Amino acid sequence: MLAMIGKRLMFAIPSLIGVVIVTFLLTRALPGDPAAYFAGPAATKEAVEQIRKKLGLDRPLIEQFFRYTNDLAHGDFGNSLTTGQPVAAEIRNRLPASAELTLLGLIVSIVIAIPLGVLAATRPGSWVDHLCRVTTTAGVSLPVFFTGLVLVYLFYFQLGWSPAPLGRLDVFYSAPPTVTGFYLIDTLIARDFEAWRSALSQLILPATTLAIFSLAPIARMTRASMLAVLASEFVRTARASGLSPATVIVTYAFRNAMLPVITTLSMVFSFLLGANVLVEKVFAWPGIGSYAVEALISSDFAPVQGFVLTMAVMYVLLNLVIDILYGVIDPRVRLEG
Amino acid sequence: MKRRDFLKSVSGLAAGAALPAMPAVVSSAYADARSETLLIVSEGGPNNLDIHGVGTNVPGYEVSWNCYDRLISHEMKAGPGGVPYYDRDKFKGELAEEFKIDDMSVTFKLKKNAKFHDGTPVTAKDVKWSLDRAVSVGGFPTFQMSAGSLTKPEQFVVIDEYTVRVDFLKKDRLTVPDLAVIVPCIVNSELVKKNASEKDPWGLEFTKQQTAGSGAYKVTKWTAGTEVIMERNDDWVGGPLPKIKRVIWRMVPQAGNRRALLERGDADISYELPNKDFQEMKANGKLNVVSLPFSNGIQYIGMNVTKPPFDNPKVRQAVAYALPYQKIMDAVMFGLANPMFGAPADKPTEVAWPQPHKYNTDIEKAKALMAEAGVAGGFETTISFDLNFAGVNEPLCVLVQESLAQIGIKTTINKVPGANWRTELNKKEMPLFTNVFSGWLDYPEYFFYWCYHGNNSVFNTMSYKSAEMDKLIDGARTAAATGDKATYETDVKGFVDLAYTDIPRIPLYQPFVNVAMQKNISGYQYWFHRRLDYRALVKG
Repeated sequence: MLAMIGKRLMFAIPSLIGVVIVTFLLTRALPGDPAAYFAGPAATKEAVEQIRKKLGLDRPLIEQFFRYTNDLAHGDFGNSLTTGQPVAAEIRNRLPASAELTLLGLIVSIVIAIPLGVLAATRPGSWVDHLCRVTTTAGVSLPVFFTGLVLVYLFYFQLGWSPAPLGRLDVFYSAPPTVTGFYLIDTLIARDFEAWRSALSQLILPATTLAIFSLAPIARMTRASMLAVLASEFVRTARASGLSPATVIVTYAFRNAMLPVITTLSMVFSFLLGANVLVEKVFAWPGIGSYAVEALISSDFAPVQGFVLTMAVMYVLLNLVIDILYGVIDPRVRLEG
Repeated sequence: MKRRDFLKSVSGLAAGAALPAMPAVVSSAYADARSETLLIVSEGGPNNLDIHGVGTNVPGYEVSWNCYDRLISHEMKAGPGGVPYYDRDKFKGELAEEFKIDDMSVTFKLKKNAKFHDGTPVTAKDVKWSLDRAVSVGGFPTFQMSAGSLTKPEQFVVIDEYTVRVDFLKKDRLTVPDLAVIVPCIVNSELVKKNASEKDPWGLEFTKQQTAGSGAYKVTKWTAGTEVIMERNDDWVGGPLPKIKRVIWRMVPQAGNRRALLERGDADISYELPNKDFQEMKANGKLNVVSLPFSNGIQYIGMNVTKPPFDNPKVRQAVAYALPYQKIMDAVMFGLANPMFGAPADKPTEVAWPQPHKYNTDIEKAKALMAEAGVAGGFETTISFDLNFAGVNEPLCVLVQESLAQIGIKTTINKVPGANWRTELNKKEMPLFTNVFSGWLDYPEYFFYWCYHGNNSVFNTMSYKSAEMDKLIDGARTAAATGDKATYETDVKGFVDLAYTDIPRIPLYQPFVNVAMQKNISGYQYWFHRRLDYRALVKG
């Protein structure tokens, strides 16, 4: 097992080097001149040049690159110009916000989509199947920012059930001391139940928005995979042997149907991180996606590079976790590995 | 899983989800905090708490204005609609107890009880250090100081512990007003010097993250891109003690959500909403909406006069007769702007800026002018705008495109990303574009010096050069400095007339700054910088 993890991590190194080079070059190729942007509306040519010098942008590209990689090796991601903060610190603060939201959205989605897919597969053509088809199609056809705005309009503006879409906590609560960065966990550690409640109620709408969007792939994949497994011979044998329907479906069919679902989950998780950008904008969520987009708009190199690098590392780790999960679910993968 | 179990688990989930939505138990401390706290929501937040910093953005100016003091500030007068409006011509001391303007210098006596946030007294050496810093750090602050002929540290002289003299480089009417803008703020020099380094002698890294001033508020928490929390400085001597104890300023990127927060009564103040929202909120009357014209500001259509076809004044006049002025006012601005077009033909030119020109939408006249210029068949060109302000610029350019097509000018719309706009303006190659300019100092010659003078600053976006224009602008500046009223008036009228006959840029309207607030908020003041002054606001 450890050997496999080590081998997988070794494979990741060249791709990470590639990511570093490509992001560096891509951000330099962006249109726009950061020096002119940050010199402000009333800058003269000399002022722009002064700023360019201060930012080190007057040096040759290759020198900039070596300085960048050298800083990177020392764990320094550089400073963001738009927010004025070190990128590493910003990502550390913002990543948990995005991760908490995405994970919760994914959990909600799994809790609804997998039973829905299983039920649809065991009763093809029934009302559950149609319900599954309609909800998933509707969910995936609506753009996330639209779903988010509708939910805000309905549950906050019209009904007043949900708190103001103002980020992770109500304005008048203070954030719990950071342990994990996940407010739902940190508030419990701090035994601040009022804040826990506030954090949870702030999370519900954005997490639901993400869940609605990701229902479709999970439910459809579960249904398709279950249908294939249910039609296979070992299930027929199990049924013929007189096992109860529950045992057949849960123990035999479902476990075998899980592999493609796990693969889909990893894909869904990655595109949820992307969809997050829009949800974060709608709910004023202080996450990593909105940070990267703002940086991109103002040609702020350091955060964009830091963001892409962080994401690349996360993808490598995510793939690793999925591979390990395969091994847990399917002994055949373990043998081959 | 059986159907019944499934349904059970689903309804369990629903109940769980509904739980936190029930009305929260509100503690009394929470209610108190609300009534003394001002919650502001806006699209963007500061990137630096110090206006002297590298690339400090406009929201950063708001922090500086409220957390630092200047030597002097402006008095208030009643503006349009009775809203308090800064008085361009009247100054009062902020850190200065009294000040005396002589022929070639101005002397300030400091308030002896003024203290910085950390308790150290404000002295003359702090003032000198801060003004030296403003003229030395480079970039925007230094540029702004130079607009008032404040360029050298030697101009700032310490007389004794509580007296400072500012020497004039030359006679310039803008020197004293320039000491009342945001830039010449007074910084706690000892504190900042302690945190400065060899590489950063002015301590810009330190003041980027925290406020080191003597102002009415101090920043207690700042999470970039998310929120700024400011607490009142109870020892402030710059004016009467502000009523608001705490200001929470949250960044809410979605305009629709900012409006929802206002209408639900959760947020107290917001600006930067689409004009349509402001107009609707004004109409339904649930909120107070203040709309005031930008002082010394204009949105215009500019033409590059160095290249054909816009090097021909007849073509420029044709464009001026072809623009859909009223449509832009109605469909883009929703009436929230002062028209800058269609003055009656017999209206005499005033000694004021901005003032409307006499062009009106008249397609027949435009066509005739095109024929006179020898381009009756029309031509193709591009019209560019800044995507950062796409909400106004995009529909505006579409209307202009439609209208110009009627006189044979085919335009392609070129959307320039915000980060790129400044670079594009600097290149001075865009043939046709729309932009806004507004000056902090509200004087006609200041506007014309930046926008029409032959020294070709960034804001002379049309690359307009005319010896006659330069003579009039320079004449007005000298006349203002020496107090020669008659020459000043003829020169101002002269350059306005010339700008309108030569018409290198066509003013469309004077935009409004719009602020929406709850009915229980009062005391809003209009400032030249157009940001909020928390010190005068009252809640309840």
